[in-house]
Amino acid sequence: MANEKLYLYPLWIRIWHWLNAVLFIVLLLTGISMQYSNPENPLLISFELSVQLHNICGIALSINYLLFIFGNLFTSNGKQYKMKTKGLFKRLYDQSVFYLFGMFKKQAPPFPISLENKFNPLQRFIYSTAMYIGFPIIIASGIAMLFPEIIIPQLFGVSGLLVTALLHVVIGFILSLFLFIHIYVCTIGSSIISNFKSMLTGWH
Amino acid sequence: MKLSKLILGCICLLLSFSLYAQKETNKNHSCLKCHAHRTYKYMNEDFGMEIKESMCSNRMIDTLAYQQSNHGMFKCTDCHSPEYETFPHAGNLRMELMYACNDCHAGDPEYAKFHFEAIEEAFYESMHYNRSPDAFTCWSCHNPHTYKTQARIGEKISETVSYDNNICLSCHADVSKYELLTERENINILKSHKWLPNQELHFKNVRCIECHTQLSDSLLVSHVVMSKDSAIRECTSCHSANSHLMASLYRYKSLESRKGSGFLNAVIINESYVIGANRNKYLNILSVVIFGLVLIGIFTHTIFRIFKSK
Repeated sequence: MANEKLYLYPLWIRIWHWLNAVLFIVLLLTGISMQYSNPENPLLISFELSVQLHNICGIALSINYLLFIFGNLFTSNGKQYKMKTKGLFKRLYDQSVFYLFGMFKKQAPPFPISLENKFNPLQRFIYSTAMYIGFPIIIASGIAMLFPEIIIPQLFGVSGLLVTALLHVVIGFILSLFLFIHIYVCTIGSSIISNFKSMLTGWH
Repeated sequence: MKLSKLILGCICLLLSFSLYAQKETNKNHSCLKCHAHRTYKYMNEDFGMEIKESMCSNRMIDTLAYQQSNHGMFKCTDCHSPEYETFPHAGNLRMELMYACNDCHAGDPEYAKFHFEAIEEAFYESMHYNRSPDAFTCWSCHNPHTYKTQARIGEKISETVSYDNNICLSCHADVSKYELLTERENINILKSHKWLPNQELHFKNVRCIECHTQLSDSLLVSHVVMSKDSAIRECTSCHSANSHLMASLYRYKSLESRKGSGFLNAVIINESYVIGANRNKYLNILSVVIFGLVLIGIFTHTIFRIFKSK
């Protein structure tokens, strides 16, 4: 089975994925540059440029997200993000045990990749949470800050803008953790770069 | 008998009190019966006719704003000539120079905390004074009939912003007052601030003087208004940990909150959000810890992978 090539990533997914990756990295770098703004720090992008880039890439990422939503609605790719709650915890546990111990003992993956299951249960759970909970929140709070007049001025006695900004930053932080873990886990393949190649060619 | 004397005494005391109070509220009645209204009437003795005239708008007094202002306790003739008590007013009275702040406030220990002398020095450095030294006075910005200290009275920051900005806008958005002080005609602050992102948000949340005055260590509100070429245009002047706003708009509130709870950002965190300037330090620490743990996890996993692959 290891030698059998699977066409897992059609062109639209690869375009969406790499656009999303580039835009997300720019958003992350410019977001950090604004949050920790300091004109004396040479590692940060200038505040003015960060604001402009963050706005442009934020809008572009939102449009790209629509491609993901429509693609998943009208192709079979949407199924990859659906999970049965029954036995979910057991599946997540088994996959985690494999990553923590099994793979070092050269055990076979508990959930081998197939056309129907291109994600293992842990990937399925994390990708679904990131794409269907994290992204809508970060996009909505980002749009709200692009048009701050639509934000409620006061929420429980605290500035509505502050609550929106905090939510945006916290979700941004969690998604950036996802990015780091995602890139690392992608090095766990038949070779370190095989999964990255798959996302370029479509073939696993 | 004794009781009736006591009651009578009380009634007399109450009456004299109410008469005093009435006298206090009526102290400016003879002026305000005309100057508080859009029209006034007078008797033309020569023709035996009552004449009704319209009051010039800049001679009208908003009585409520006056009562609530810092100078609301004064009689009109405390500052204006007592000769105004006769009508018609003599024409030469208009030529009189008005008092400036320091004619009353200079050297007064009661007002030392307001630093009137330092304000005057700063004013002489301002481009307002230097462009038009004869016409520009304290009153050009601080209407003596309505002015009240704002930042110190614990108002919300947004109210201080709108009060202070209205002072600037009274000239910079109104040609009729603006042209009294300059020959320039075109004023369009929306156009000149077009470069500012989220213009409306900035206008509502920061004061003009944040960018258009030179910071002062001794004054709560700097009075060195700079020319437009020297105005702050760097976003990071405010949007950075060392924010300019902490030394200007938030200065009084942050000083007060530090006195109270010892938490520098408390007031600003509750009332506004300036990206880059105010961060929640607990969330900052938490994010560094979580990020560190993730990196340690990845590093350990990598070590195991290298070790086990041999």
